[in-house]
Amino acid sequence: MNNPVTAIPIIVAVLLGIFSFAAVLVWAERRLLGIWQDRYGPNRVGPLGVGQILVDVVKLFIKEDWTPPFADRIPFIIAPCIILVVSLLGFAVIPVAPGATISDLNIGLLFVLAISSLGVYSIMLGGYASNNKYSLLGGLRSAAQMISYEVFMGLSVMGVVMLSGSFKLGEIVEAQQSMWFVVPQFLGFLIFMIAGIAETHRLPFDLPEAEHELVAGFHTEYSGMKFGMFMVGEYVGMVLVSSMIVTLFFGGWLGPFLPPFVWFSVKVLAFIGLFILLRAAIPRPRYDQLMAFGWKVMLPLSLLNLAVTGGVWLWLHA
Amino acid sequence: MEMFTFYLTSIIILTSILMVVISANAVHSLLYLILSSLAMAVIFFQMGAPFAAALEVIVYAGAIMVLFVFVVMMLNLGQAAVEEERTLMPLGIWRGPALLAALLLAELAFLLFQQPVASLPVAVYAKQVGITLFGPYLLAVELASILLMAGLVGAYHLGRPLLKKSATRTHVRES
Repeated sequence: MNNPVTAIPIIVAVLLGIFSFAAVLVWAERRLLGIWQDRYGPNRVGPLGVGQILVDVVKLFIKEDWTPPFADRIPFIIAPCIILVVSLLGFAVIPVAPGATISDLNIGLLFVLAISSLGVYSIMLGGYASNNKYSLLGGLRSAAQMISYEVFMGLSVMGVVMLSGSFKLGEIVEAQQSMWFVVPQFLGFLIFMIAGIAETHRLPFDLPEAEHELVAGFHTEYSGMKFGMFMVGEYVGMVLVSSMIVTLFFGGWLGPFLPPFVWFSVKVLAFIGLFILLRAAIPRPRYDQLMAFGWKVMLPLSLLNLAVTGGVWLWLHA
Repeated sequence: MEMFTFYLTSIIILTSILMVVISANAVHSLLYLILSSLAMAVIFFQMGAPFAAALEVIVYAGAIMVLFVFVVMMLNLGQAAVEEERTLMPLGIWRGPALLAALLLAELAFLLFQQPVASLPVAVYAKQVGITLFGPYLLAVELASILLMAGLVGAYHLGRPLLKKSATRTHVRES
């Protein structure tokens, strides 16, 4: 573990990096979606519409921050804080470059899984505390969805742990010097990516929000910066999942010529682009389809992946 | 410093457990219960068992408690239930259990002062846990998995599709 004095500059750098990433992401997503849907997207404020982010932030801050009188007040206020805190905490163990980790925990991978499993409380509490039927339905859906997809999110990365022999994210990256884990663990990668999108409830899996059936799902009653925190939390979560995919399956900071940090950012950006493309390309499944897909397809596949990886590893090494 | 964080975490655990019992709102009690299991994870981490700490958060706080909250949310208790809970638990009811608990606490304090508190001699990581579980305690692991299997079969039995039966029933009614 780093000592506090050397850790503080890294913390500040990582925090600023994530927030600027997330802010640019909002704009990039809207522009890219616009391109893929044959329209412009935001293009009025500043060059190419980049200023849209600043204007949106100002708008969110000066809007009335209203807590409905029928809401359960304290959980209502805590809920948006949880998602932001939890998403940001995950970055504490992500190795951006060699040595540039806030805390390279021995159980780094488990830490990220634990943290992401706490994220569900934000949405459940938001749904419960709003005291609104649509919000409650959104909260219930998210609880069922995230619990189901967490199961094989954890199982799918165990192949990587077997191959690298460590839960430490830094060591997992180092173990990919000769080959990225996406090659031996392609199935694991696919399962982890699908589960990761479901965990951040991005569009193909955004049933907790589902605006055509549930108004806006769990955040129907939220306004102003509390609503903004849900949005920022979602984008930060997206960056976190992309960073995890890059770290676990695509060699993290490893790459020729360019400095490690640049490689890491390029890979993360590529995955974020893929997420946005998925949002533009795939329609939302029905709720029972989502659950059946999780338990009847993804769970057996991830168990199979685990058994085959273990068997092959033993065959090669023992 | 370590002792300070240990006692601070312990105070958090005890307070939140107390709040679990005395809070009239079921969802609020559950939130305190989640808080207590998070604090337990901190204790595990301090005592040199990071793997147990991670599992505590993943399994208890992240999965089991979510199901508890899920069920309570489905019941949708609301303000009426809070009022009812208040009438069910008047203040006087605490005297007996509180007295007995105080005796236990005194006994515990006495025992603690008899001998120094031992913390774990070495840090325990995932590998050691796995080796012990699948070595000397293999039988316990298999018994636990049989228990889970029984639970799974029971859940399947409760949730099995009743299509065939109801289909014949409607058929009979139609004819």
